[in-house]
Amino acid sequence: MEIPYTVELRRDTGLNNGKIGIWLFLASEVMLFGALFASYILIRTGSPNWPRGDTILNVPLATFNTIVLISSSVTMVMAWASLKRNRFGTFRMYQASTVLLGGVFLVVKYFEYSHKFENGLFPSTSNFLALYFTLTGLHMLHVIGGMAVNTYFWGPGAKLWKTNPDWFTNRVEHAGLFWHFVDLVWIFLFPTLYLL
Amino acid sequence: MSTPHQTMTSDHAVDHAHDIDRQVRIYITVFVSLMALTIITVAISRFHPPVAVAVSIAMLVATIKGSLVACYFMHLISEKKLIYAVMALTVVFFVVLLAVPVITHNNGFWIH
Repeated sequence: MEIPYTVELRRDTGLNNGKIGIWLFLASEVMLFGALFASYILIRTGSPNWPRGDTILNVPLATFNTIVLISSSVTMVMAWASLKRNRFGTFRMYQASTVLLGGVFLVVKYFEYSHKFENGLFPSTSNFLALYFTLTGLHMLHVIGGMAVNTYFWGPGAKLWKTNPDWFTNRVEHAGLFWHFVDLVWIFLFPTLYLL
Repeated sequence: MSTPHQTMTSDHAVDHAHDIDRQVRIYITVFVSLMALTIITVAISRFHPPVAVAVSIAMLVATIKGSLVACYFMHLISEKKLIYAVMALTVVFFVVLLAVPVITHNNGFWIH
């Protein structure tokens, strides 16, 4: 059975089904992270003493990770633009770069976490660290999920390009929307946890 | 493995290529802006301004950066009305969600 509206636009929405699907999913993700940010505000305002993030966390490493994630967003959108230009080889290069940059982000987070654990800093140590590990941990899960999808489209999923290039291009665009959202969340997490 | 889009006429293909080239230039401009704003955020935090000022500046810069990502990388600037409706509804609920702890807690750190 053929999946409807993967490329052609629906008359009622003016969109293909994948596009509306991913945006509805992102709307639910906004509420998920919104709930955690609301928890952060509630706990921080209720605390008589709140540490500055830069006294506990490594700002240079986090700044580096911010640059890495922003760069991966650019390579992701360039991967999609390459498909629009019918340059499949360039797409693969940019898509691989996106996955690799996601990997760099995770490696840096691994070193950050390891350093905290070696110094006896755990989620149970303080409210600040509980929020830090919860927010960054959930964000890392999203990075891993995005990397899995992007790897699939770089590898086995790319077969679709041969048979239905427009559908494949749309799928990459939708995967990109998720990846940019992950970048967007980090843009707010970085100052909230590390700089304030 | 490159497969050209068969349905595209040559004139359309040229217009399309120009559109994509223009978009790519925008992506690079946005990328440079995001890098600059990241450096600005970190630089300002090094001056250790009062908490209320630091929160305001950091959230303002983060909002600008987030808007750039959403508008250009996520193409929200040229989306269909239905997507705007979905996001508008989401923003309303998101703001309410964040406002609840703020308005119910009268000794928040920004009031001191």
